[in-house]
Amino acid sequence: MSSVRVLVGTRKGAFILTADGKREKWDVSGPHFAGWELYHVKGSPADPNRIYASQTSGWFGQIIQRSDDGGQTWFQPGTPAGLPTVNEDGMPMGESNKFVYDTSEETGKPLTTHQFYDGTPHPWEFKRVWHLEPSLDDPDTVYAGVEDAALFRSTDGGQSWHELAGLRGHGTGSQWQPGAGGMCLHTILLDPQNRERIFVAISAAGAFRSDDAGANWKPINQGLHSQYIPNPTAEVGHCVHRIAMHPSNSNVLFMQKHWDVLRSDNAGDSWTEISGNLPTDFGFVIDVHAHEPETVYVVPIKSDSEHYPLDGKLTVYRSRAGGNEWEALTNGLPQSNCYVNVLRDAMAIDRLDSCGVYFGTTGGQVYMSPDGGDTWNPIVRDLPAVLSVEVQTLV
Amino acid sequence: MIRVALPLHLRTLAGVNGDVELEVQGEVTRRSILDALETRYPMLRGTIRDHVAGQRRPFLRFFACGEDVTHEPVDAPLPQAVDSGAETFYVIGAIAGG
Repeated sequence: MSSVRVLVGTRKGAFILTADGKREKWDVSGPHFAGWELYHVKGSPADPNRIYASQTSGWFGQIIQRSDDGGQTWFQPGTPAGLPTVNEDGMPMGESNKFVYDTSEETGKPLTTHQFYDGTPHPWEFKRVWHLEPSLDDPDTVYAGVEDAALFRSTDGGQSWHELAGLRGHGTGSQWQPGAGGMCLHTILLDPQNRERIFVAISAAGAFRSDDAGANWKPINQGLHSQYIPNPTAEVGHCVHRIAMHPSNSNVLFMQKHWDVLRSDNAGDSWTEISGNLPTDFGFVIDVHAHEPETVYVVPIKSDSEHYPLDGKLTVYRSRAGGNEWEALTNGLPQSNCYVNVLRDAMAIDRLDSCGVYFGTTGGQVYMSPDGGDTWNPIVRDLPAVLSVEVQTLV
Repeated sequence: MIRVALPLHLRTLAGVNGDVELEVQGEVTRRSILDALETRYPMLRGTIRDHVAGQRRPFLRFFACGEDVTHEPVDAPLPQAVDSGAETFYVIGAIAGG
Protein backbone atom coordinates (compact mmCIF):
# COMPACT_ATOMS: atom_id res chain seq x y z
CA MET A 1 0.00 0.00 0.00
CA SER A 2 1.34 3.39 -0.91
CA SER A 3 1.90 6.05 1.69
CA VAL A 4 3.19 9.59 1.91
CA ARG A 5 5.66 11.29 4.21
CA VAL A 6 5.50 15.08 4.38
CA LEU A 7 8.65 16.83 5.60
CA VAL A 8 7.91 20.23 7.10
CA GLY A 9 10.55 22.79 8.04
CA THR A 10 9.44 25.55 10.42
CA ARG A 11 10.86 28.45 12.38
CA LYS A 12 11.07 26.26 15.47
CA GLY A 13 11.87 22.76 14.29
CA ALA A 14 10.96 20.06 11.78
CA PHE A 15 7.81 17.98 11.68
CA ILE A 16 7.09 14.77 9.80
CA LEU A 17 3.51 14.06 8.76
CA THR A 18 2.68 10.56 7.53
CA ALA A 19 -0.43 8.93 6.11
CA ASP A 20 -1.42 5.99 3.97
CA GLY A 21 -2.40 6.48 0.35
CA LYS A 22 -5.87 7.68 1.26
CA ARG A 23 -4.26 10.67 2.99
CA GLU A 24 -7.11 11.00 5.47
CA LYS A 25 -5.55 10.12 8.83
CA TRP A 26 -2.22 11.67 9.68
CA ASP A 27 0.44 10.95 12.25
CA VAL A 28 2.56 13.90 13.29
CA SER A 29 6.05 13.60 14.74
CA GLY A 30 8.17 16.46 16.00
CA PRO A 31 9.41 18.94 16.69
CA HIS A 32 12.73 17.56 15.57
CA PHE A 33 15.61 19.94 16.39
CA ALA A 34 13.23 21.93 18.58
CA GLY A 35 13.84 25.64 18.71
CA TRP A 36 15.98 25.79 15.57
CA GLU A 37 15.03 27.12 12.17
CA LEU A 38 14.64 24.29 9.68
CA TYR A 39 14.91 25.94 6.31
CA HIS A 40 14.56 22.74 4.33
CA VAL A 41 14.13 19.01 4.79
CA LYS A 42 14.23 16.73 1.75
CA GLY A 43 14.48 13.02 1.03
CA SER A 44 16.62 11.27 -1.54
CA PRO A 45 14.79 10.06 -4.65
CA ALA A 46 17.27 7.18 -4.78
CA ASP A 47 16.71 6.07 -1.17
CA PRO A 48 13.59 7.41 0.55
CA ASN A 49 14.96 6.57 3.99
CA ARG A 50 17.80 9.00 3.41
CA ILE A 51 16.68 12.49 4.44
CA TYR A 52 18.75 15.65 4.71
CA ALA A 53 17.84 18.64 6.87
CA SER A 54 19.19 22.17 7.08
CA GLN A 55 19.14 23.25 10.73
CA THR A 56 20.16 26.83 11.27
CA SER A 57 20.26 29.56 13.88
CA GLY A 58 21.17 33.20 14.05
CA TRP A 59 23.08 32.34 17.22
CA PHE A 60 24.85 29.12 16.37
CA GLY A 61 25.08 28.99 12.60
CA GLN A 62 24.55 26.08 10.25
CA ILE A 63 24.08 22.40 11.04
CA ILE A 64 23.42 19.63 8.52
CA GLN A 65 21.42 16.70 9.83
CA ARG A 66 20.85 13.37 8.14
CA SER A 67 18.53 10.45 8.73
CA ASP A 68 19.02 6.99 7.26
CA ASP A 69 15.78 5.56 8.63
CA GLY A 70 13.10 7.81 7.24
CA GLY A 71 13.33 10.47 9.92
CA GLN A 72 13.12 8.28 13.02
CA THR A 73 16.68 9.08 14.09
CA TRP A 74 19.07 11.82 13.01
CA PHE A 75 22.76 12.57 13.19
CA GLN A 76 25.24 15.06 11.85
CA PRO A 77 26.88 13.14 9.03
CA GLY A 78 30.33 14.44 9.92
CA THR A 79 29.95 12.89 13.35
CA PRO A 80 27.96 9.65 13.03
CA ALA A 81 26.32 8.47 16.22
CA GLY A 82 28.37 5.87 18.03
CA LEU A 83 31.49 6.39 15.96
CA PRO A 84 34.65 8.18 17.08
CA THR A 85 34.43 11.94 16.82
CA VAL A 86 38.16 12.31 16.24
CA ASN A 87 40.42 10.61 13.74
CA GLU A 88 43.62 8.66 14.47
CA ASP A 89 45.53 11.90 14.84
CA GLY A 90 43.03 13.22 17.32
CA MET A 91 41.64 15.77 14.88
CA PRO A 92 37.93 16.57 14.87
CA MET A 93 35.87 14.90 12.18
CA GLY A 94 32.83 17.16 12.35
CA GLU A 95 32.92 18.78 8.95
CA SER A 96 29.30 18.53 7.96
CA ASN A 97 28.44 22.08 8.98
CA LYS A 98 31.46 23.58 7.25
CA PHE A 99 30.64 25.64 4.18
CA VAL A 100 33.67 27.51 2.93
CA TYR A 101 33.69 29.27 -0.42
CA ASP A 102 36.24 27.70 -2.74
CA THR A 103 38.94 30.23 -3.55
CA SER A 104 41.59 27.72 -4.54
CA GLU A 105 43.51 28.21 -7.76
CA GLU A 106 42.64 24.72 -8.95
CA THR A 107 38.85 24.66 -8.66
CA GLY A 108 37.79 27.91 -7.03
CA LYS A 109 37.07 31.52 -7.81
CA PRO A 110 38.32 34.62 -5.97
CA LEU A 111 36.10 35.83 -3.16
CA THR A 112 34.87 39.03 -4.74
CA THR A 113 31.94 41.24 -3.80
CA HIS A 114 28.25 41.42 -4.58
CA GLN A 115 26.01 44.45 -4.13
CA PHE A 116 24.59 45.17 -0.70
CA TYR A 117 21.12 46.62 -0.21
CA ASP A 118 22.42 50.13 -0.73
CA GLY A 119 24.35 49.19 -3.86
CA THR A 120 27.76 49.24 -2.21
CA PRO A 121 30.15 46.30 -2.73
CA HIS A 122 29.86 43.66 -0.01
CA PRO A 123 31.99 40.55 0.44
CA TRP A 124 30.48 37.10 0.23
CA GLU A 125 29.70 35.78 3.73
CA PHE A 126 28.21 32.36 4.35
CA LYS A 127 25.06 32.54 6.50
CA ARG A 128 22.88 29.46 6.04
CA VAL A 129 21.65 26.69 3.77
CA TRP A 130 18.29 27.50 2.25
CA HIS A 131 17.73 24.44 0.11
CA LEU A 132 19.01 20.87 -0.07
CA GLU A 133 18.55 18.92 -3.29
CA PRO A 134 19.52 15.25 -3.14
CA SER A 135 20.79 13.64 -6.33
CA LEU A 136 18.31 11.72 -8.45
CA ASP A 137 20.58 8.65 -8.49
CA ASP A 138 23.00 8.64 -5.58
CA PRO A 139 21.85 8.96 -1.95
CA ASP A 140 25.29 10.23 -0.93
CA THR A 141 25.28 13.13 -3.37
CA VAL A 142 23.35 16.22 -2.37
CA TYR A 143 23.44 19.87 -3.42
CA ALA A 144 23.04 22.84 -1.08
CA GLY A 145 21.89 26.30 -2.06
CA VAL A 146 23.24 28.82 0.42
CA GLU A 147 23.16 32.46 1.50
CA ASP A 148 25.25 34.41 0.42
CA ALA A 149 24.35 32.85 -2.88
CA ALA A 150 26.43 29.89 -3.95
CA LEU A 151 26.00 26.22 -4.75
CA PHE A 152 27.72 23.49 -2.75
CA ARG A 153 27.81 19.74 -3.31
CA SER A 154 28.54 16.82 -1.05
CA THR A 155 29.37 13.40 -2.46
CA ASP A 156 29.85 11.67 0.90
CA GLY A 157 26.39 11.86 2.37
CA GLY A 158 26.74 15.36 3.73
CA GLN A 159 29.96 14.76 5.65
CA SER A 160 31.84 17.41 3.72
CA TRP A 161 30.89 20.10 1.23
CA HIS A 162 32.60 21.65 -1.74
CA GLU A 163 31.51 24.77 -3.55
CA LEU A 164 30.80 24.63 -7.28
CA ALA A 165 32.47 28.00 -7.62
CA GLY A 166 31.79 28.40 -11.32
CA LEU A 167 28.39 29.82 -10.44
CA ARG A 168 29.50 32.48 -7.95
CA GLY A 169 32.46 33.32 -10.14
CA HIS A 170 30.99 33.15 -13.62
CA GLY A 171 31.14 36.91 -14.04
CA THR A 172 27.89 38.62 -13.04
CA GLY A 173 28.29 38.06 -9.30
CA SER A 174 29.28 41.65 -8.64
CA GLN A 175 25.79 42.70 -9.79
CA TRP A 176 23.85 40.31 -7.55
CA GLN A 177 22.09 41.81 -4.55
CA PRO A 178 20.07 40.51 -1.63
CA GLY A 179 16.31 40.42 -1.53
CA ALA A 180 14.53 41.13 1.72
CA GLY A 181 15.27 37.59 2.92
CA GLY A 182 18.95 37.77 2.05
CA MET A 183 20.96 36.89 -1.03
CA CYS A 184 19.96 33.28 -1.19
CA LEU A 185 20.21 30.44 -3.65
CA HIS A 186 16.83 28.88 -2.98
CA THR A 187 15.95 26.71 -5.96
CA ILE A 188 17.90 23.77 -7.38
CA LEU A 189 16.40 21.69 -10.18
CA LEU A 190 18.23 18.58 -11.39
CA ASP A 191 17.23 17.62 -14.90
CA PRO A 192 16.08 13.97 -15.02
CA GLN A 193 16.48 13.89 -18.80
CA ASN A 194 19.93 15.42 -18.96
CA ARG A 195 22.07 14.58 -15.93
CA GLU A 196 24.60 17.25 -16.85
CA ARG A 197 22.01 20.00 -16.58
CA ILE A 198 21.24 21.94 -13.39
CA PHE A 199 19.00 24.97 -12.93
CA VAL A 200 19.25 27.28 -9.92
CA ALA A 201 17.54 30.51 -8.89
CA ILE A 202 18.86 33.29 -6.69
CA SER A 203 17.16 36.25 -5.02
CA ALA A 204 17.89 38.79 -6.31
CA ALA A 205 20.01 37.74 -9.23
CA GLY A 206 17.80 35.52 -11.35
CA ALA A 207 17.91 32.06 -12.87
CA PHE A 208 21.04 30.26 -14.03
CA ARG A 209 21.79 27.04 -15.90
CA SER A 210 24.71 24.70 -16.10
CA ASP A 211 25.02 22.16 -18.91
CA ASP A 212 28.14 20.49 -17.53
CA ALA A 213 27.11 19.28 -14.08
CA GLY A 214 27.78 22.55 -12.33
CA ALA A 215 31.20 23.52 -13.66
CA ASN A 216 30.10 26.43 -15.84
CA TRP A 217 27.00 28.61 -15.65
CA LYS A 218 25.11 31.23 -17.58
CA PRO A 219 22.22 33.53 -16.67
CA ILE A 220 18.88 32.54 -18.22
CA ASN A 221 16.76 35.63 -17.67
CA GLN A 222 15.82 36.79 -21.15
CA GLY A 223 12.19 37.86 -21.17
CA LEU A 224 12.06 38.76 -17.48
CA HIS A 225 10.89 42.30 -16.84
CA SER A 226 11.38 43.79 -13.36
CA GLN A 227 10.26 47.37 -12.79
CA TYR A 228 12.09 47.57 -9.46
CA ILE A 229 15.60 47.49 -10.95
CA PRO A 230 17.26 50.29 -12.93
CA ASN A 231 17.27 48.29 -16.15
CA PRO A 232 14.06 46.22 -16.09
CA THR A 233 15.38 43.75 -18.66
CA ALA A 234 18.91 43.39 -17.27
CA GLU A 235 20.78 40.12 -17.65
CA VAL A 236 20.79 39.68 -13.85
CA GLY A 237 19.21 41.36 -10.84
CA HIS A 238 15.73 39.81 -11.03
CA CYS A 239 14.12 38.53 -7.87
CA VAL A 240 13.12 35.06 -8.98
CA HIS A 241 11.13 33.42 -6.18
CA ARG A 242 10.81 29.86 -7.44
CA ILE A 243 11.16 27.67 -10.52
CA ALA A 244 9.42 24.34 -11.15
CA MET A 245 9.50 21.70 -13.87
CA HIS A 246 7.72 18.49 -14.73
CA PRO A 247 10.17 15.59 -14.93
CA SER A 248 8.75 14.39 -18.25
CA ASN A 249 9.62 17.62 -20.06
CA SER A 250 12.54 19.46 -18.55
CA ASN A 251 12.71 22.01 -21.35
CA VAL A 252 9.55 23.55 -19.90
CA LEU A 253 10.11 25.64 -16.79
CA PHE A 254 7.60 27.61 -14.76
CA MET A 255 8.65 30.63 -12.71
CA GLN A 256 7.08 32.66 -9.94
CA LYS A 257 9.00 35.90 -9.94
CA HIS A 258 8.66 38.69 -7.36
CA TRP A 259 5.91 39.95 -9.62
CA ASP A 260 4.92 37.93 -12.72
CA VAL A 261 4.40 34.24 -13.43
CA LEU A 262 6.34 33.04 -16.46
CA ARG A 263 7.19 29.96 -18.48
CA SER A 264 10.04 28.90 -20.71
CA ASP A 265 9.81 26.27 -23.43
CA ASN A 266 13.52 26.19 -24.15
CA ALA A 267 15.16 25.37 -20.82
CA GLY A 268 15.28 28.97 -19.74
CA ASP A 269 16.77 30.53 -22.86
CA SER A 270 13.73 32.81 -23.00
CA TRP A 271 10.67 33.42 -20.85
CA THR A 272 7.09 34.47 -21.53
CA GLU A 273 4.68 35.90 -18.99
CA ILE A 274 1.68 33.66 -18.28
CA SER A 275 0.02 35.61 -15.47
CA GLY A 276 -3.16 35.86 -17.56
CA ASN A 277 -6.23 36.32 -15.38
CA LEU A 278 -4.53 35.96 -12.00
CA PRO A 279 -5.92 38.61 -9.62
CA THR A 280 -2.34 39.45 -8.57
CA ASP A 281 0.79 37.83 -9.91
CA PHE A 282 2.99 38.44 -6.89
CA GLY A 283 3.75 35.27 -4.95
CA PHE A 284 6.39 32.81 -3.88
CA VAL A 285 5.48 29.19 -4.68
CA ILE A 286 4.88 27.47 -7.98
CA ASP A 287 4.61 23.76 -8.71
CA VAL A 288 3.47 21.31 -11.40
CA HIS A 289 0.94 18.46 -11.22
CA ALA A 290 2.55 15.01 -10.96
CA HIS A 291 0.85 13.55 -14.04
CA GLU A 292 -0.23 16.59 -16.06
CA PRO A 293 2.83 18.56 -17.23
CA GLU A 294 0.75 21.58 -18.21
CA THR A 295 -1.14 21.83 -14.91
CA VAL A 296 0.48 24.46 -12.71
CA TYR A 297 -0.27 25.80 -9.22
CA VAL A 298 0.46 29.18 -7.64
CA VAL A 299 -0.71 30.98 -4.50
CA PRO A 300 -1.13 34.67 -5.36
CA ILE A 301 -0.13 37.11 -2.63
CA LYS A 302 -1.50 40.64 -2.58
CA SER A 303 1.70 42.58 -3.17
CA ASP A 304 5.38 42.92 -2.35
CA SER A 305 4.53 45.12 0.61
CA GLU A 306 1.46 43.18 1.78
CA HIS A 307 2.48 39.54 2.06
CA TYR A 308 -0.92 37.92 2.49
CA PRO A 309 -3.74 36.67 0.27
CA LEU A 310 -5.92 39.14 -1.55
CA ASP A 311 -8.97 40.16 0.52
CA GLY A 312 -7.98 37.75 3.28
CA LYS A 313 -9.06 34.76 1.15
CA LEU A 314 -6.48 31.99 0.89
CA THR A 315 -6.71 30.77 -2.70
CA VAL A 316 -4.65 28.42 -4.83
CA TYR A 317 -4.83 29.09 -8.54
CA ARG A 318 -4.52 26.26 -11.05
CA SER A 319 -3.92 26.46 -14.74
CA ARG A 320 -4.53 23.34 -16.82
CA ALA A 321 -3.25 25.10 -19.94
CA GLY A 322 0.29 25.77 -18.87
CA GLY A 323 -0.57 29.31 -17.83
CA ASN A 324 -2.63 32.35 -18.79
CA GLU A 325 -5.97 30.71 -17.94
CA TRP A 326 -6.26 30.25 -14.18
CA GLU A 327 -9.05 28.94 -11.95
CA ALA A 328 -9.43 29.74 -8.28
CA LEU A 329 -9.36 26.75 -5.89
CA THR A 330 -10.96 27.59 -2.55
CA ASN A 331 -12.86 24.51 -1.39
CA GLY A 332 -11.67 23.94 2.17
CA LEU A 333 -9.41 26.97 2.37
CA PRO A 334 -10.24 29.94 4.66
CA GLN A 335 -12.15 32.62 2.76
CA SER A 336 -12.17 35.36 5.34
CA ASN A 337 -9.69 37.00 7.69
CA CYS A 338 -6.74 34.96 6.45
CA TYR A 339 -3.49 36.93 6.38
CA VAL A 340 -0.79 34.29 6.16
CA ASN A 341 1.98 33.95 3.60
CA VAL A 342 3.15 30.88 1.69
CA LEU A 343 6.94 30.94 1.37
CA ARG A 344 8.90 29.85 -1.67
CA ASP A 345 9.85 26.33 -0.58
CA ALA A 346 6.49 25.58 1.05
CA MET A 347 4.59 23.78 -1.74
CA ALA A 348 5.00 20.17 -2.84
CA ILE A 349 3.32 17.51 -4.95
CA ASP A 350 2.98 13.79 -4.31
CA ARG A 351 2.98 11.22 -7.10
CA LEU A 352 -0.01 9.07 -6.19
CA ASP A 353 -2.53 8.36 -8.95
CA SER A 354 -4.79 11.06 -7.58
CA CYS A 355 -2.15 13.76 -7.29
CA GLY A 356 -1.80 15.33 -3.85
CA VAL A 357 -0.88 18.99 -3.50
CA TYR A 358 0.52 20.38 -0.23
CA PHE A 359 1.45 23.78 1.06
CA GLY A 360 2.38 25.33 4.40
CA THR A 361 1.72 28.83 5.69
CA THR A 362 3.43 31.30 7.96
CA GLY A 363 0.44 30.79 10.26
CA GLY A 364 1.52 27.20 10.88
CA GLN A 365 -1.08 25.40 8.79
CA VAL A 366 -0.21 22.65 6.34
CA TYR A 367 -2.99 22.14 3.82
CA MET A 368 -3.28 19.25 1.42
CA SER A 369 -5.50 18.39 -1.47
CA PRO A 370 -5.89 14.70 -2.36
CA ASP A 371 -7.51 15.50 -5.72
CA GLY A 372 -5.21 17.83 -7.56
CA GLY A 373 -6.52 20.95 -5.86
CA ASP A 374 -10.30 20.48 -6.09
CA THR A 375 -10.68 20.16 -2.29
CA TRP A 376 -8.37 21.06 0.59
CA ASN A 377 -7.97 19.94 4.18
CA PRO A 378 -5.61 21.09 6.91
CA ILE A 379 -3.29 18.31 8.12
CA VAL A 380 -2.14 20.49 11.01
CA ARG A 381 -3.19 24.00 12.00
CA ASP A 382 -0.86 25.23 14.70
CA LEU A 383 2.76 24.58 13.84
CA PRO A 384 5.35 27.35 13.97
CA ALA A 385 5.62 29.40 10.78
CA VAL A 386 6.25 26.98 7.91
CA LEU A 387 9.40 27.55 5.87
CA SER A 388 9.34 24.48 3.64
CA VAL A 389 7.23 21.52 2.65
CA GLU A 390 8.40 18.44 0.78
CA VAL A 391 6.58 15.17 0.23
CA GLN A 392 7.83 11.66 -0.37
CA THR A 393 5.60 9.16 -2.12
CA LEU A 394 6.42 5.75 -0.66
CA VAL A 395 5.47 2.48 -2.31
CA MET B 1 39.49 20.36 34.95
CA ILE B 2 37.76 23.30 33.26
CA ARG B 3 34.01 23.62 33.52
CA VAL B 4 32.12 25.16 30.60
CA ALA B 5 28.43 26.12 30.56
CA LEU B 6 26.79 26.03 27.14
CA PRO B 7 23.44 27.36 25.90
CA LEU B 8 20.64 24.78 25.75
CA HIS B 9 20.80 24.30 21.99
CA LEU B 10 24.52 23.60 22.06
CA ARG B 11 24.10 21.14 24.93
CA THR B 12 21.49 19.38 22.82
CA LEU B 13 23.81 19.26 19.84
CA ALA B 14 26.67 17.92 21.93
CA GLY B 15 24.41 15.44 23.67
CA VAL B 16 25.33 16.60 27.17
CA ASN B 17 23.42 17.60 30.28
CA GLY B 18 24.73 20.35 32.49
CA ASP B 19 28.23 21.75 32.39
CA VAL B 20 30.94 20.26 30.20
CA GLU B 21 34.22 19.31 31.87
CA LEU B 22 37.38 19.61 29.81
CA GLU B 23 41.09 19.03 30.12
CA VAL B 24 42.89 22.01 28.61
CA GLN B 25 46.51 21.73 27.62
CA GLY B 26 48.77 24.69 28.44
CA GLU B 27 47.55 28.09 29.45
CA VAL B 28 43.83 28.45 29.95
CA THR B 29 42.56 31.07 27.52
CA ARG B 30 39.39 31.51 25.54
CA ARG B 31 41.08 30.01 22.51
CA SER B 32 42.45 26.99 24.35
CA ILE B 33 39.07 26.29 25.96
CA LEU B 34 37.24 26.49 22.63
CA ASP B 35 39.91 24.35 20.96
CA ALA B 36 39.46 21.69 23.64
CA LEU B 37 35.68 21.98 23.46
CA GLU B 38 35.59 21.52 19.68
CA THR B 39 38.03 18.63 19.82
CA ARG B 40 35.90 16.83 22.38
CA TYR B 41 32.61 17.80 20.70
CA PRO B 42 33.33 18.31 16.99
CA MET B 43 29.67 18.80 16.26
CA LEU B 44 30.07 22.22 17.87
CA ARG B 45 32.61 23.38 15.32
CA GLY B 46 31.26 26.46 13.59
CA THR B 47 28.53 27.07 16.17
CA ILE B 48 30.53 29.34 18.49
CA ARG B 49 33.17 30.71 16.15
CA ASP B 50 33.69 30.70 12.42
CA HIS B 51 35.30 27.60 10.93
CA VAL B 52 38.06 29.41 9.12
CA ALA B 53 38.65 32.80 10.70
CA GLY B 54 37.81 31.70 14.21
CA GLN B 55 35.69 34.81 14.61
CA ARG B 56 33.10 34.74 17.42
CA ARG B 57 29.52 34.44 16.23
CA PRO B 58 27.88 37.83 16.81
CA PHE B 59 25.09 36.73 19.17
CA LEU B 60 27.41 34.92 21.58
CA ARG B 61 29.41 36.26 24.53
CA PHE B 62 31.77 34.79 27.10
CA PHE B 63 31.78 35.28 30.86
CA ALA B 64 34.14 34.16 33.61
CA CYS B 65 34.05 34.96 37.34
CA GLY B 66 31.16 37.35 36.77
CA GLU B 67 33.11 39.36 34.22
CA ASP B 68 32.41 39.79 30.53
CA VAL B 69 35.55 38.53 28.78
CA THR B 70 34.04 38.65 25.30
CA HIS B 71 36.24 41.45 24.11
CA GLU B 72 39.42 40.39 25.84
CA PRO B 73 42.14 39.02 23.52
CA VAL B 74 41.45 35.38 22.68
CA ASP B 75 44.84 34.38 24.05
CA ALA B 76 44.59 36.37 27.28
CA PRO B 77 44.87 34.13 30.36
CA LEU B 78 41.58 33.54 32.12
CA PRO B 79 41.32 33.85 35.92
CA GLN B 80 42.92 31.14 38.04
CA ALA B 81 39.50 30.19 39.38
CA VAL B 82 38.50 29.04 35.89
CA ASP B 83 41.77 27.16 35.55
CA SER B 84 41.17 25.33 38.82
CA GLY B 85 37.54 24.53 38.02
CA ALA B 86 36.26 26.59 40.93
CA GLU B 87 34.46 28.91 38.51
CA THR B 88 32.62 28.05 35.30
CA PHE B 89 33.41 29.51 31.90
CA TYR B 90 30.11 30.60 30.36
CA VAL B 91 29.14 30.71 26.68
CA ILE B 92 26.04 32.89 26.62
CA GLY B 93 23.56 33.46 23.79
CA ALA B 94 21.94 36.85 23.34
CA ILE B 95 18.42 37.13 24.68
CA ALA B 96 16.61 37.99 21.49
CA GLY B 97 14.37 36.58 18.84
CA GLY B 98 10.82 35.32 18.68
